[in-house]
Amino acid sequence: MSFFKKLKDKFSGSQEQEQTTEKYTEGLKKTRSGFSEKMNNLFARYRKIDEDFFEELEEILIGADVGFDTVMELIDELKLEVKRQNTNEPEAIREIITEKFVDIYAGDDEMSSELNIQDTGLTVILFVGVNGVGKTTTIGKLAHQFKTEGKKVMLAAGDTFRAGAIEQLEVWGERTGVDVIKQTEGSDPAAVMYDAVRAAKSRGADILLCDTAGRLQNKVNLMNELQKVKRVIEREVPEAPHEVLLVVDATTGQNALIQAKTFKEATDVSGIVLTKLDGTAKGGIALAIRKELGVPVKFVGLGEKMDDLQPFDAEKYAYGLFAQAFEQKESESADETAE
Amino acid sequence: MMAFEGLAERLQGTMQKIRGKGKVSESDVKEMMREVRLALLEADVNFKVVKQFVKKVSERSVGQEVMKSLTPGQQVIKVVKEELTALMGGEESRIGTAKRPPTVIMMVGLQGAGKTTTTGKLANLLRKKYNRKPLLVAADIYRPAAIKQLETLGKQLDMPVFSMGDQVSPVEIAKQAIQKAKDDHLDYVLIDTAGRLHIDEGLMDELKQIKELSSPEEIFLVVDSMTGQDAVNVAESFNEQLGITGVVLTKLDGDTRGGAALSIRAVTGKPIKFVGMGEKLDALEQFHPERMASRILGMGDVLSLIEKAQTNVDETKAKELEQKMRTMSFTFDDFLDQLGQVRSMGPLDEILKMLPGANKMKGLNNVQVDEKQIGRVEAIIRSMTKDEKQQPEIINSGRRKRIARGSGTSIQEVNRLLKQFEDMKKMMKQMSSMQQKGKKKGGMPKLPFM
Repeated sequence: MSFFKKLKDKFSGSQEQEQTTEKYTEGLKKTRSGFSEKMNNLFARYRKIDEDFFEELEEILIGADVGFDTVMELIDELKLEVKRQNTNEPEAIREIITEKFVDIYAGDDEMSSELNIQDTGLTVILFVGVNGVGKTTTIGKLAHQFKTEGKKVMLAAGDTFRAGAIEQLEVWGERTGVDVIKQTEGSDPAAVMYDAVRAAKSRGADILLCDTAGRLQNKVNLMNELQKVKRVIEREVPEAPHEVLLVVDATTGQNALIQAKTFKEATDVSGIVLTKLDGTAKGGIALAIRKELGVPVKFVGLGEKMDDLQPFDAEKYAYGLFAQAFEQKESESADETAE
Repeated sequence: MMAFEGLAERLQGTMQKIRGKGKVSESDVKEMMREVRLALLEADVNFKVVKQFVKKVSERSVGQEVMKSLTPGQQVIKVVKEELTALMGGEESRIGTAKRPPTVIMMVGLQGAGKTTTTGKLANLLRKKYNRKPLLVAADIYRPAAIKQLETLGKQLDMPVFSMGDQVSPVEIAKQAIQKAKDDHLDYVLIDTAGRLHIDEGLMDELKQIKELSSPEEIFLVVDSMTGQDAVNVAESFNEQLGITGVVLTKLDGDTRGGAALSIRAVTGKPIKFVGMGEKLDALEQFHPERMASRILGMGDVLSLIEKAQTNVDETKAKELEQKMRTMSFTFDDFLDQLGQVRSMGPLDEILKMLPGANKMKGLNNVQVDEKQIGRVEAIIRSMTKDEKQQPEIINSGRRKRIARGSGTSIQEVNRLLKQFEDMKKMMKQMSSMQQKGKKKGGMPKLPFM
């Protein structure tokens, strides 16, 4: 049984499984069609593997914003594989590419996409990232999900800088029926966090979701401020923050790697939320972040609705990405066997 | 990992190979073009755009320019930079004005690109630079508190903001806003629209309707400068559906290479009009194609620095100076001369900015060069006698007092300059002996004006 078939069988079990798989396939529709069309096209046009073939493959991957170094490595590995198998047929490496993708996404079992939620007591989750990636929206969506699970959720309005940011979080608080701890615009975000953690503890909340102002990672002062915010949380709750989630816009290019690296250094990021992956974004950069920095993607934003934020599943992602390309191939080979 | 190499570093390997051969072949050029291609891809320039671009550069390079050059590496960089600049450049960052006021400007783009902030910045610029009276229009009814955000910006700027809450259609809001501007004799209407995906037909339709009824003079596509390969699709689609008139590139104060700028320009042909350089409301700047080119290539603006130096530095004088440095006979007269030459190249902090990697170098990124301080240094030197300038050793405490009085400075300042001058001479000696031995060692001492 082919590797891809295995994946497919895995997801056609329970109904719930199928539903989320559908969300992936639907959310990645645009991504997939662009990507797999190009792959199909590539394999259709090349009868043998040569330098041009690899250059085009390189372009397809880079076109999906897969990190630059990751692509170069992947290509090198494939070249090696071609030598090892002593082949020059493109079909021979087709499946290896998917396998390598899934490998990078899911290769290390220790890198789970599960959130570190405490069984008892307060769980604090800190959200960080550059401007405009969707931190506040992500918090709103997550608040909704935790609330639905029956958890007592609170929000901390730590973006005291951007105009209207506090109000934006408040709207989410109202929509989801969750308390928001805030101060006025321009106040010290560390002080807001202090208040919020205290309030969350005294009110017996299960989950505290902490918003912070967007900041570009090369602004040293702002990164220091973020460290201070984190220290305040650490002081008030031992072991907290239990998760530091870096929110990354899936349309970001190579800069996402620098973002991940710098934010990881400053705040010890434990996971990535890849937003705006619906649309046309390919989010290939997530591959590179995982590979080069060892930070797993924990959630992906696949649409604007409240439940469009999904826990990230590497195998499903790969399935979504390659579904079309491989279903076609599967049916072709099935036809051949029938004949 | 993540060594974001600039084109210059990339080309070094190839150059070494060529140096051994002494002649540039076509396959050498091909190899160089591969490095050009990789450098551009790494800077997020779209791969299709890269392909066309490299083809063009390659044609020029295989010709006379590069192959006949003694410094083919630099020549390739020069060609690449020229082509990049030409591709991105041309138009000035002007804002159109309608024949009959008010002039309508629509701000469009994806979610999180920075439309609302840019709207505030643009309004500020219109008032400050062009003495206009803008009306800010809150037409983003979808994102929670987007209206509030614009209202807060309006308050900060002390400018009127038009909003009708989030229950009225953006088309209606735009219509009424224009009427309001007419009534209040405001001459610009800046419509802040909601972020949307370019493939969202319903929302794109809404923009088309707003366009139809408001006949905007400008439709600015606001794009995050960190955008990757997808930038072309976004720009192409917005342009096809709305006919954008220009692009505003935001968050350029970050450390992205910003290849998206090139991609967008290449596929839409529309000019990049402004760049966002910070979170404050006055941080909207003109777009400089040649700076953007350097940035994409990961190098400082060395070329204009070299050009500036060439036009301003007298070559025979430079040779003389080099001789003097070697023999340690560098005097205050020479120093004054040097200072004059450097200053004729332009403000010093601008020159510093042109140095490659200067923005990354710790300490150098926020060096404030105090032009006044240079003036004081000059005053001190000019207060010395001819002998003192030639032989600083003779300046005793009596002379120091006189020099301080004569230049209107303090003895401490005179002392400091003398000490620094000594250090500088020592460094020059080190450097010239280093050059001879070919070793690198030691750092730069502080120059008297830093």
